[in-house]
Amino acid sequence: MLKTLAKYIGQFRNVSIITALCTIGEVALETALPLVTAAIIDQGIEAGNLTKIFLYGGLMILMAAGSLCCGLGSAHFGAQAAMGFGSNLRDGMYRKIQTYSFSNIDKFSTAGLVTRLTTDVTNIQNAYMMLLRMCLRSPITLICAMVLSFMINPAVASAFLVAAILLGTLLVVLSLTAMKYFDQTFDRYDDLNASVQENVAGIRVVKAFVREDYEKKKFKSAAENIYKMFVKAEKIIAYNNPAMMLTIYSVMLILSWVSAHMIVAGNMTTGNLSSLLQYCMSVLMSLMMLSMVFVMLSMAIASARRIAEVLNEEPDLVNPPHPFFEVPDGSVDFSHVYFSYHKTARKDVLFDIDIHVKAGETIGIMGGTGTGKTSLVNLISRLYDVTQGKVMVGGHNVRDYDLETLRNEVSVVLQNNQLFSGTILENLRWGNENATEEECIEACKMACADEFIQRMPDGYNTHIEQGGTNVSGGQRQRLCIARALLKKPKVLILDDSTSAVDTATDAKIRKAFREQIPNTTKFIISQRVSSIEDADKIIVLEDGHVDGFGTHEELMESNEIYRSIYESQTQGSGDFDEVGGD
Amino acid sequence: MPRQPIGVRPKTEKSMGELLTRIFRVLLEEYKVHLIVVVVCILGSALASLRGTLFIRSLIDDYITPLLGMDNPDFSGLLTALISVAFVYLLGVACSFTYNRLMIYVTQGTLRNMRIKLFDNMESLPIKYFDTHAHGDIMSVYTNDIDTLRQLISQALPQILNSSITIVGTVVSMIVLSLPLTGIALVMVCVMVGAVRALTKRSGMYFTRQQKALGVLNGYIEEMMTGQKVVKVFCHEDKAIEKFDKLNEDLRVNATRANAFSNMLGPVNSQLSNLSYVLCATIGGTLVIVGGGIAGVTLGTLVTFLQLVKSLGQPINQVSMQFNSIIMAMAGAERIFNLLDAEPEVDDGYVGLCNARVNNVGQVIEVKEHTGTWAWKHYHKDTDTTTYQLLQGDLVMDHVDFGYTDDKMVLHDIELYAEPGQKIAFVGSTGAGKTTITNLINRFYDIQDGKIRYDGININKIKKGDLRRSLGMVLQDTHLFTGTVMDNIRYGKLDATDAECIEAAKLARADFFIDRLPDGYNTMLTGDGSNLSQGQRQLLAIARAAVANPPALILDEATSSIDTRTERLVQEGMDRLMAGRTTFVIAHRLSTIKNSDCIMVLEMGRIIERGNHDELIAQKGKYYQLYTGNQVTQ
Repeated sequence: MLKTLAKYIGQFRNVSIITALCTIGEVALETALPLVTAAIIDQGIEAGNLTKIFLYGGLMILMAAGSLCCGLGSAHFGAQAAMGFGSNLRDGMYRKIQTYSFSNIDKFSTAGLVTRLTTDVTNIQNAYMMLLRMCLRSPITLICAMVLSFMINPAVASAFLVAAILLGTLLVVLSLTAMKYFDQTFDRYDDLNASVQENVAGIRVVKAFVREDYEKKKFKSAAENIYKMFVKAEKIIAYNNPAMMLTIYSVMLILSWVSAHMIVAGNMTTGNLSSLLQYCMSVLMSLMMLSMVFVMLSMAIASARRIAEVLNEEPDLVNPPHPFFEVPDGSVDFSHVYFSYHKTARKDVLFDIDIHVKAGETIGIMGGTGTGKTSLVNLISRLYDVTQGKVMVGGHNVRDYDLETLRNEVSVVLQNNQLFSGTILENLRWGNENATEEECIEACKMACADEFIQRMPDGYNTHIEQGGTNVSGGQRQRLCIARALLKKPKVLILDDSTSAVDTATDAKIRKAFREQIPNTTKFIISQRVSSIEDADKIIVLEDGHVDGFGTHEELMESNEIYRSIYESQTQGSGDFDEVGGD
Repeated sequence: MPRQPIGVRPKTEKSMGELLTRIFRVLLEEYKVHLIVVVVCILGSALASLRGTLFIRSLIDDYITPLLGMDNPDFSGLLTALISVAFVYLLGVACSFTYNRLMIYVTQGTLRNMRIKLFDNMESLPIKYFDTHAHGDIMSVYTNDIDTLRQLISQALPQILNSSITIVGTVVSMIVLSLPLTGIALVMVCVMVGAVRALTKRSGMYFTRQQKALGVLNGYIEEMMTGQKVVKVFCHEDKAIEKFDKLNEDLRVNATRANAFSNMLGPVNSQLSNLSYVLCATIGGTLVIVGGGIAGVTLGTLVTFLQLVKSLGQPINQVSMQFNSIIMAMAGAERIFNLLDAEPEVDDGYVGLCNARVNNVGQVIEVKEHTGTWAWKHYHKDTDTTTYQLLQGDLVMDHVDFGYTDDKMVLHDIELYAEPGQKIAFVGSTGAGKTTITNLINRFYDIQDGKIRYDGININKIKKGDLRRSLGMVLQDTHLFTGTVMDNIRYGKLDATDAECIEAAKLARADFFIDRLPDGYNTMLTGDGSNLSQGQRQLLAIARAAVANPPALILDEATSSIDTRTERLVQEGMDRLMAGRTTFVIAHRLSTIKNSDCIMVLEMGRIIERGNHDELIAQKGKYYQLYTGNQVTQ
């Protein structure tokens, strides 16, 4: 997992190393400073030697300046390295997500991906900066201070060592125990966030069912749980500080007693004593730091795990080694196709689909909720792979095409379609980024979108808001159709794409298709019989299999389901949304 | 409706002082005793550590120097001193332990209470609040903003208190030791403060930019992730990456600068502190040697003083490190308080709803159990009596005007009569006001003018909860909750048995697909039921409303994603359930509304036609045009 992440340090590897070097320099100089201060006291002040005081004072300023330079370097490069690493991680994840297939996308929720790209990366980059600047500092301080103490007085230094080992062991044990609880706490945190999110999004449901008190109770127990877990974890951490203080104080007392004897016996100077006291502080403080860093890093591990999940997810649809870059025509063949979304599913979503469609035909698809209509058409542009059997477009298996080629020739208007923030023209050009304004207008005319766009104050430059919330459902659908038409595809798939468009406009769009793109194979999924009644052939799906395949007349004759759907909509199908040409 | 970010409304902008006062008030409210003990303990712990530093002075001057050169040095004085210091230290450790421990309860307890208060208040906010605030923004109050507060309470505040005590104590000791040397040290402190201010000003500026860049990037990621499937279908990946890279780079640049400046605080302060040390050492040294101890500067004094100079740098450094977290906490606190202070829904209702039975003399009696009969329960204050009135489902809208904002009316002069047991349908184009009307009935929004009466009672007099309980709703956007399928159905009636839930699922024709889910009714739904199709979610929402078995029902495009055949079956079930009860239906599909008792055709917020299907067809008006699919001639 950490290896996966480390790859993304990339071009910031050198900066990271410089940061580490600067940190080492800063710490080394800082640790050496007490030597100089001791010299000031011993050789300068106590010896009454003013020259020495100025000499060592000057040296100290030089060292401080050097330490400052290193410190600033560490600050500057550390920020650069950590933020750069974070930026790379975000970029890496984002690029990875772009290679995901539909089934990869299904695995992660949108909110989950957003959190990973933002909050989790923030955690990691902060942890990385800490790693470079703090984590390195503490062991170095520890070692330097220890070595210098040994140089001054091995006996006293050994006492430090014992104290440090004792304290270190204690801190590690405490941190490990606390970490276990922290891990559990973060899981509970997700529950709490989920509860808030659902209540914000579904507030109308909560209020409609008068479930405020129920939700409050649910939330309260989630909050209570977090409280309990956090208290449990932090209670352990709360031993850290007093334990450190106890050790420092004990060492100081012992040090005072021992060194007093030594000084009196002439084995030690007062300057040595003050240096030793400082080293004692630095040793134990850096241990403390280390334990804090340890806890914080362990918290970042959870984020690292979530990021690695995204980075390690292998796209399950890949380009074949020698793909076709040309789709000969718009014929579509399903030969004995079986499909399910999950291997564990009790039942296949589609089974034994065997249908052959000639180029230029219009195919209507009907069937109840959850009968597999969308799943069926999603196989044509290889948004999912079949479990068994094969899907062919233009005589070749879809698996043998270059994915981009295939998807440019097989244009899908998805059921949950979406526009993006930007102008109408920008949105249309998703279909073909080089399309001229004339081509865009032409596509919109075919999709009956031109009429309402022209009436907008800024016409084709009207700004669409996120999710297309400032156009009505019917307008949105027509824009999505126009966008798909701009690809000039060989196969066009409309997945319930005119449900919010009134019947008359719907008919006009279909007429335009018939007249202007006769060679394009069209698949139309609709709940509305009038939308597909005049198709060349109609597929009736029931429970994942083809229940009927034929013209309207044939199906009326032979297919029970189709007839009953037709009858349920007898008088054609007046839809009241979206009055024609609104 | 324009979305407004939480906490950037100039009207409610609070000053830092106000915010801090309020945070302290919140803290004191529940944890007064805890906090007093904490302050005392921090004081004790800080003083103990100060005592430790000062002891070095007496160690050298009083206990070591006099013994120098003695043949039989007597260490008993030192021993006594050490023991007394040990007591002080022990006290310090005890204090430290106590306050560390207590702060956990204070911090976590306050955060818990704050979260619960936030949630409680949020649940009582009017729908309008949720319309006008971005959902991601509300959520981030619970996570990011609360987290800034945690930093403040658990780290910044104790740290600042502790450091301030240390600073004051150190400075006082310095003054006692030597006034002139203190002067030098204080000048250096001023330089440090200046440096801190200069650096935090810069880092603060870039932190703000960083947050802004993060917000923009967040928005972009959210939009693209939501539309990821469209990106795939249009092979738009490269374009999507291009824009992302730009935003990502912008964030990187700002984050790097912000962090670089805030990282510099540490080294700059440390080295200034070192500089201060050198200055004091050289000047103090000069005084000791050349001045021969003028101004009371002895060797021991100087050593101790230098020790103090060292220990002064650290707390100043620590306080300055907390600056950014204070700035962030203030921004967070402001947003938290704004959400806490948001005006809740007003509920002045006093008429309640209860299960009822009509006894053999024709009296309405309140009963505990579910009878399928409901009554309105009026309590009359003046006579201290309670009267009961059977719930009929008679609904009247009398000259109702409504607008989401006062300056733009959405509904004009709505007149509506729903007789008990009728099925009333609303049709009209998007934005005509269909959903809005139903949202007025259950008082999601309050009307500007006119009256709405339910069984003759003005709905303002009915308790909101009871009003809504009497109206089952299946909303346009289905929302499901994390939990099993069964839990989600049971949401309609919390004490429903499994059998009741399954019964409701059957009625809603949801059992067919539920049976095919991996764990049937026990299948976990997460992320708003994202693993179900839109149609399946709608069926579940209908089952949820069915299990509630409400006296009246509002179906808002409840079957729009369900195929017409299944819909017919669902409808038969619902009609059976709702027989004799009032139902409001919104649909754009004709088959859904054809058998309604009364159909209202809405246009631009006005009812332009009303009548049953046959009457409206005979009228040859708008409904006729829509129904026959003829192009509307304008």
